[in-house]
Amino acid sequence: MSNQNIVLESDLIHIFPDILSRDERASYEGYIIKADQLLPFMQKLRDDLGFDYLSSVTGVDYLPEGKMEVAYHIRKSTGGSPLVIKAQVDRETPVISSLVPIYPGADFQEREAWDLLGIKFEGHPDLRRILTWEGFAGHPLRKDWKEAYFEEEGKPFKSRWPAGYYKSAEQKNPFGTNVDYPAGFDPESWVPEPGVALYAGLGKMTRKDETTGIGTEQVIVNLGPQHPSTHGVFRMAAKLDGETVVGLKPVMGYLHRNHEKIGERNTFLGNMPYTDRLDYFNSMSNNFGYALAVEKLMGIMPPERAEYLRVMMAELTRIINHLSLLGFLLNDLGAYFTPIMYAFEERELILDIFEAVAGSRMMCNYFRFGGVARDLPEGVMEKVKNLVLDRLPRKFDDLDLYITNNEIVRHRAEGVGVMTPEEAIAYSTSGPVLRASGVPYDLRRAQPYSIYNRFDFDVAVRYHGDVYDRYLIRLDEMYQSLKILQQVIKDIPEGPIQEGKPQYQVRVPPGESYGCVEAPKGELGFYVISNGKPNPWRYHVRAPSFINLTPLETMCIGNKVADAVVILGSIDIVLGEVDR
Amino acid sequence: MSEQKNAYMYGIGVLKGLGLAFKHFLLTYVDDIKRWGKRYKTPEGIAYRSSKDVSGIFTVQYPEEKLPVPEEFRYVPFLLYEGKEDGSIEYRCTSCGICPKVCPPQCIWIVRASDPNTGRPIPDPAEFYIDIDICMNCGFCAEYCPFDAIKMDHDYELASYNRKSNVYDKARLGKPVSYYASVRPINYEREEAAKREAEAQKVARRSHA
Repeated sequence: MSNQNIVLESDLIHIFPDILSRDERASYEGYIIKADQLLPFMQKLRDDLGFDYLSSVTGVDYLPEGKMEVAYHIRKSTGGSPLVIKAQVDRETPVISSLVPIYPGADFQEREAWDLLGIKFEGHPDLRRILTWEGFAGHPLRKDWKEAYFEEEGKPFKSRWPAGYYKSAEQKNPFGTNVDYPAGFDPESWVPEPGVALYAGLGKMTRKDETTGIGTEQVIVNLGPQHPSTHGVFRMAAKLDGETVVGLKPVMGYLHRNHEKIGERNTFLGNMPYTDRLDYFNSMSNNFGYALAVEKLMGIMPPERAEYLRVMMAELTRIINHLSLLGFLLNDLGAYFTPIMYAFEERELILDIFEAVAGSRMMCNYFRFGGVARDLPEGVMEKVKNLVLDRLPRKFDDLDLYITNNEIVRHRAEGVGVMTPEEAIAYSTSGPVLRASGVPYDLRRAQPYSIYNRFDFDVAVRYHGDVYDRYLIRLDEMYQSLKILQQVIKDIPEGPIQEGKPQYQVRVPPGESYGCVEAPKGELGFYVISNGKPNPWRYHVRAPSFINLTPLETMCIGNKVADAVVILGSIDIVLGEVDR
Repeated sequence: MSEQKNAYMYGIGVLKGLGLAFKHFLLTYVDDIKRWGKRYKTPEGIAYRSSKDVSGIFTVQYPEEKLPVPEEFRYVPFLLYEGKEDGSIEYRCTSCGICPKVCPPQCIWIVRASDPNTGRPIPDPAEFYIDIDICMNCGFCAEYCPFDAIKMDHDYELASYNRKSNVYDKARLGKPVSYYASVRPINYEREEAAKREAEAQKVARRSHA
């Protein structure tokens, strides 16, 4: 597969000689396309060359050069590494055509780039802010935007040492003086009009029956943000015709903290514990992706034992994630809290292992560039063996017996929220959501990273694309993870766990890199740009559960409102990652 | 995993599931009888309830019962000091500034002490603050401290009524080395062995020269 890619990439310049040029900057990859030619180029790329899967869209603010760059990572759904295409626009008037007509999966990602960087995507059907609120002033990921309590451009802050007289943020910047209102805005007289644009996007509110001529009033129901079914602070504005969903707009950003801006202020190493907080169920996978991205820039590889430890932790965390998902999905279906407690029992035992190894149950912060933080303490391997070889298979069978053939579950889940494979690819979904729709695409096989090419396992795939298959595929994947773990236990070598000496200030050469892993929720990518300084210039997270929400409306339309809750549950989102 | 059967099993699937839940319910009582008097509020009972063989209810009744924390468990750093014979204490910290630099949320504040006569900096912290509201318990400070002067604690019950008291100063952060040796015995032994090794090498080199 990689061979084909090489052939194609050398040809790409010949196919598009006038509009495409190689990205010549040191340690940059891919091509630069003329911004006005983007749409026809992408159309050809998708239709003629088979790049049908738009993995990631993001922007980069090159403030010194006065440019904005939009970076696209495009893949083939049959596998291989991504093709990186960039388009550069003027920083003052950043306008570029939207890719939504070609790749519908660009929808939320372009809205995010508009929200955070102020890049206008012409032709986007619904270009509103997505993570910040509609009254937000400015675009926070721009390099000249400064937040409240702003201290310095990058960490470490000079005020901490050697004269670190403690001063809290409130003391330095009392409430009120850091508020920056847009011109002509008076907070006292402002009357909020919540969701005007949002509701307008849902269209006309009446439906006229063709045969009888009776008009029906449709209503908008807001599910969330404070609602037990939304797995956090997530809101769905659903347009209902009776009980049937006829339109649905997801609203997110309630947990937004601008993770990416924080990441750009952090040192490279200092960002590692912050990645734990993205998808807080799977901090090990998050660490994994970030470590891969930075290691690629640094040009180092972890030693053998560290690789095995990484895979072990990543697979254990996948089991944790899928266990919790099964439980929460059953919660959404009305089986209140008994299944999740059974799932959490196993999760607890795995978390005990994480605690003993990494020091913390959920915020593991276990990976380092070129290795892992520490070797397994005494007795932990024994625990892993007990779980993997004895307890977990037994308990998975129990869970299977407990729910899989439950008639109520099957009636509620089968044929609900169907997504075809074509839709799944077009909407850039990844992970179990994509695989449940019959696309056997798993990064561990499609673009093997770390040492996954050594293990014998199957890419789980199901073909109906409904909620029930999304449930089953998690069960399948847990069994596959066990299979990998059994091989890890058998093969793990002795040896060092860190390449070179552990360093607190890593030197990262300038360049860009995109590190991605098959996280339990899908393709988790980290797009990191270094300019040789201690802090990354750009740090972008391709969050799988955020992008997997793009087809939520399509999946929900035509279903009952109670099913919308289940469909959302089957996508498996974590708001720490969606909102970043 | 089991094969998907016909969707209409007339409730057998539900009954099977309920049977499993009922078994789980019963096992708790079976376990209670089997481990009469030992299942709750004893260390072995708690260990049993977090082992691979546990069946039935596995809840640990905090705060009456507490799970033992593993050695590597990390929570809010503390500063190590050695107790001298005359009752005074000496912090291991040299105020080198690595921990405030490596701290991801920048919650460590150190004032480096200076000699009152010459004004030159001396390797000792005059002030040392950690804002534990901001601390994210990542453990980098302990991991990268070259003097083993700052370590992560095991004490996780830090609730207080007052937010201001959550800025820990040097006195509040300081704990004796013996405490460290008691909470992290394996790490302590390893570090001491490494120190003895380095010392022995130094002596050998000196006598060689």
